[in-house]
Amino acid sequence: MDKKSKFKRALEVFWSFFKIGAFTIGGGYAMLPLFQKEVVETKKWLTEDEIVDVYAIVQSVPGVIAINASIFIGYKIGGIAMSIVSALGVILPSFIIILLIAPILILYNENPYVIKAFTGVRAGVTALILLSAIKLGKKVVKDPFSLILAATAAAIMLFTDIGAIWVILGSALIGLVLQGYRRKDQKE
Amino acid sequence: MIPLIGEEITRHGWIMQEEFANIVAVSQMTPGPIAVNAATYIGFKVAGIWGSAFATLGVSLPSFILVIVVAKFFEKLSNSKYFEGVLSGIRPATIGLIAAAVWFFADMSIFVLNEASKLPLWLENSSAGSFFQTIKINPAALLIFLVILIGTKKFKLHPIAAVALSALLGLLIL
Repeated sequence: MDKKSKFKRALEVFWSFFKIGAFTIGGGYAMLPLFQKEVVETKKWLTEDEIVDVYAIVQSVPGVIAINASIFIGYKIGGIAMSIVSALGVILPSFIIILLIAPILILYNENPYVIKAFTGVRAGVTALILLSAIKLGKKVVKDPFSLILAATAAAIMLFTDIGAIWVILGSALIGLVLQGYRRKDQKE
Repeated sequence: MIPLIGEEITRHGWIMQEEFANIVAVSQMTPGPIAVNAATYIGFKVAGIWGSAFATLGVSLPSFILVIVVAKFFEKLSNSKYFEGVLSGIRPATIGLIAAAVWFFADMSIFVLNEASKLPLWLENSSAGSFFQTIKINPAALLIFLVILIGTKKFKLHPIAAVALSALLGLLIL
């Protein structure tokens, strides 16, 4: 790629992540449906499998899921340079919006209309994440083993105080051990 | 991460505990990563625009370094059978975590009838109202959930439009 098209690409990536940052309300998981739409379906920078891997990895790394995911996706699109672009893109809207409206919003965050709109967004986001979970689930959950793992992970998050990082580490270990057995079977 | 931020800023005496609760509420209501929102706001309170810039940089930089290191490993290991094994465990667990997130969002909108998601006024004093109170479902929030679900699935509603529509419907019927 020559310099000009590289710059154009960077602008395109920046704008995509800027839009995602500007319209995600509710943090890292709420961002998933937007990544799927923009990065996978519209721009085709990543495949659906790769998005699953991104989410699998970013949850095992400390830090902010939304930023981690943006950095990882940016890196996959075009290395370290692009990961800076995508991180800036996703952070900038927050930054501008907070500086402009947070001083006002902090006076009204118990205002009934603000709460109504916000609760409405949460209900909508519930539907969006559910659809993402189903779509990605269809790709990943294909046998009884993966179904049990997925269900167990969800149950641990819902019913215990165990952190996501332990769920990820545990499932990594289980995957590794089972892979070892599979390899052994093949050899014999 | 939010409790960690709270601990740190109250230790430094930058912001009072009570104000912090408000900041978290606002950070959740404004677009973008919650931790970035909180960092930007607190940074501005403590040291103006540069404070917010550096607070945001501070909250993002460790992520940046870690994720790049992990991403490089990921490339190197992508042909390893054992790494494939690790991923075959993590991938389904990730779906489980995402499914759990669905529940958390539902719990803060459709299910709980606390201050944040109590029954809409037009329902509160009717017999239907007491029915929904018993089953702990906010029918208006459930309706928004269904509209967005069907709108996205059947009519290819864009997620950005879906978020805007949910806010509007929330104002109108919640």
